[in-house]
Amino acid sequence: MADGILIKGGRVLTFPEGFIGEADVKVKDGAVAKIGRGLRGDGCEVVDASGCIVAPGFIEMHAHLREPGMEYKEDIGSGSRAAACGGYTAVFCMPNTDPSIDNSSVAEYVFDRGEDEGLCMILPHGAVTQGREGKTLAPMGEMGTCRAGVKGFSDDGNPVTDSEIMRRAMEYARTMGAMIISHSEEKSLSADGQMNEGYYSTFLGLRGIPPESERIGVFRDICLAEKTGARLHLAHLSTAGSVDLVRTAKKAGLPVTCEAAPHHFSLDDSSLMGYDTNLKMNPPLRSKEDVAAVLEAIADGTIDVIATDHAPHAPHEKETEFDRAEFGCVGLETCLALVITRLVDEGVVSIEDAISRLTVAPARIMDMERWGYSPVVAEGMPANIVVFNPELEWTVDPTTFKSRSSNTPYAGWRVKGKVMHNLFRGKTVVRDGNLATGPEPAVAPAGKSGKGNAEKSRGAAPDPATKVRG
Amino acid sequence: MPGRADGHKHLLSIAELEAADIIGLLDSARSFAEVSTRPVKKVPALRGRTIVNLFLEASTRTRMSFELAAKRLSADVMNFSTSTSSLSKGESLKDTGKTIVAMGVDAVVIRCPSAGAPQMLTEWVDCSVINAGDGMHEHPTQALLDLFTMRERLGRLEGLKVAIVGDIDHSRVARSNIHALNKVGAEVLLVAPRSLLPEKIEQMGVTVTGSLDEALTWCDVLYLLRIQMERVNESRFPSLREYTLQYGLTQTRWSRLERKPLVMHPGPMNRGVEIASGVADEVESVITGQVSAGVAVRMAVLYDVLGGSRG
Repeated sequence: MADGILIKGGRVLTFPEGFIGEADVKVKDGAVAKIGRGLRGDGCEVVDASGCIVAPGFIEMHAHLREPGMEYKEDIGSGSRAAACGGYTAVFCMPNTDPSIDNSSVAEYVFDRGEDEGLCMILPHGAVTQGREGKTLAPMGEMGTCRAGVKGFSDDGNPVTDSEIMRRAMEYARTMGAMIISHSEEKSLSADGQMNEGYYSTFLGLRGIPPESERIGVFRDICLAEKTGARLHLAHLSTAGSVDLVRTAKKAGLPVTCEAAPHHFSLDDSSLMGYDTNLKMNPPLRSKEDVAAVLEAIADGTIDVIATDHAPHAPHEKETEFDRAEFGCVGLETCLALVITRLVDEGVVSIEDAISRLTVAPARIMDMERWGYSPVVAEGMPANIVVFNPELEWTVDPTTFKSRSSNTPYAGWRVKGKVMHNLFRGKTVVRDGNLATGPEPAVAPAGKSGKGNAEKSRGAAPDPATKVRG
Repeated sequence: MPGRADGHKHLLSIAELEAADIIGLLDSARSFAEVSTRPVKKVPALRGRTIVNLFLEASTRTRMSFELAAKRLSADVMNFSTSTSSLSKGESLKDTGKTIVAMGVDAVVIRCPSAGAPQMLTEWVDCSVINAGDGMHEHPTQALLDLFTMRERLGRLEGLKVAIVGDIDHSRVARSNIHALNKVGAEVLLVAPRSLLPEKIEQMGVTVTGSLDEALTWCDVLYLLRIQMERVNESRFPSLREYTLQYGLTQTRWSRLERKPLVMHPGPMNRGVEIASGVADEVESVITGQVSAGVAVRMAVLYDVLGGSRG
């Protein structure tokens, strides 16, 4: 049994400091014991981090883990494994389950299932209204004080259409110290829509979802947030019009934050020309101009968070006529690579800035301090640490995903940046890019510097996670 | 038509054809049209080949036309429609397609309400696929028979001025005709209120007007689309009466014209709505001519896709 873990030779990135240089990180009893150069192995499991960045574990603000109710797409086990391999140590999941997460019993069930899996924190967002029907407010107070500590409330894909109910929801949420996370969409404009409205929807004969549908929704929600003083977080912004509204709201000092998904900065609606249903999303992939506006909003900080909107679906829900196919794609296992390939390498943001959108920004918005969760690599702090190689190129192969579903638009893409190791609460959950479920690795002999061959002798751990397909 | 990696030839859209493909099919249709004038209207070109008409949406003329085309080429034909199929029992299109093809089918002619389904079907089944109309996307054989009719009646396609009137947004016929006419060098003018035009349609190489009277003095061909009552409920236009006033080929408009264009309609016509009954009677031979052309064009397409000589 190894006596702690020594992460050797990586570049340590923490916040607010940024890169603090090449250093070894010693983890013991769930926390970072020491950071420094040339630390000794002393019976530790040694993790070779040379060429890698050692950073706080990522926080996903927007995932669909499908449990309870749709475990054939994903469950909290498979979702946790996918998240761990994607470098996440905390995942907020959306309440569009069956039953929906609109009371403390379901919220605690989801939270406890996450704790049982033990690969990352699973933190549910709650529904704004009971059954996500947009009619009666869900008990935000009770969900907030239950074990799951729900703070974000969202009806997600079924946005609250009644503005009066949204107003009251915001007022109530404010009193309960909660926030509203809005999938902003004016549904009367997007009804039956299959893709972004524009030249390509016209060419393909698919019903369009105009960008104004999102923009009007965002405008209404910002107006109501201003009126009520409620905290508002806008999910997956995809249009130039809506990021402009957020930019203006922030300048006016409103407590508004927002997120963008990797597919909205890496793909546009021209890619739908082959009717690939893995490219069917809501909000849809937008025009090149919208993608440029999203990139600009990431660069100037208007967009606070990168969140994947991880949306697993079974093969039969995607291998069907385009207008019958489900919306969404999986994202947990490709996010880092897309952030590095499309944001860092393209010069949109620095690597420090990019990683902050996956760590400090969501931690601040979701007030992770209340969990004693801190997005840092610092002595004395809990060790939720990801080790990733920002230069490693790889090809996306959905058959290797730990998610139960493989509906990705990136199959075959050559991307850069890979999670090598992931530590959750001081325990190795991902080792050499694979789930750390195999036998304990060799331990560096005591009294040596840890430069032994321990880390070289390790084979890839077998992956017992069963994949359900077909 | 483009060959495919799977070795099967398909007809999925006009957009993927070259002008030469279109002209080639029209030439071939002209020789097949002659077959339909014989006392024995049958050639052995596709003897022993099996074609399935997979019609997941109501259709009379297209389905009958494909069936007749296949029979005149001596192919065996099976008809499959939604009400009698396992699709109504919830079977997926993928499974239905695989099941049909497992019976040893050479080509599937598919009509369905979902845009893109014929293209998807090519990935699921090991046979040729012919698009007989998919949602609001394309209806390639309709465009081919329309071009065939224009060419036979007016003697040319290049430089022809074609006005298409009506519900462009919901029309696969309009989309296929726009592609086809552009490729062969005709000019296309769309006539409709903005509320019946899809976004950025101009990028498909057309001009747009809201005035039918302006179009009437300009065009060589007036192509009227069928207008559907349910569009009123979608607030696309106020009423059929208003539509007729603005966009109907009324007797008054028709009589006023010194130079009468060739009037075409994909059918079925709404007499008294997009076209006055008297005008419809006057131009009926063209519209029924389109239907006869449909059989010849579909013979040409089936022959081209299934490569008769290979049979």
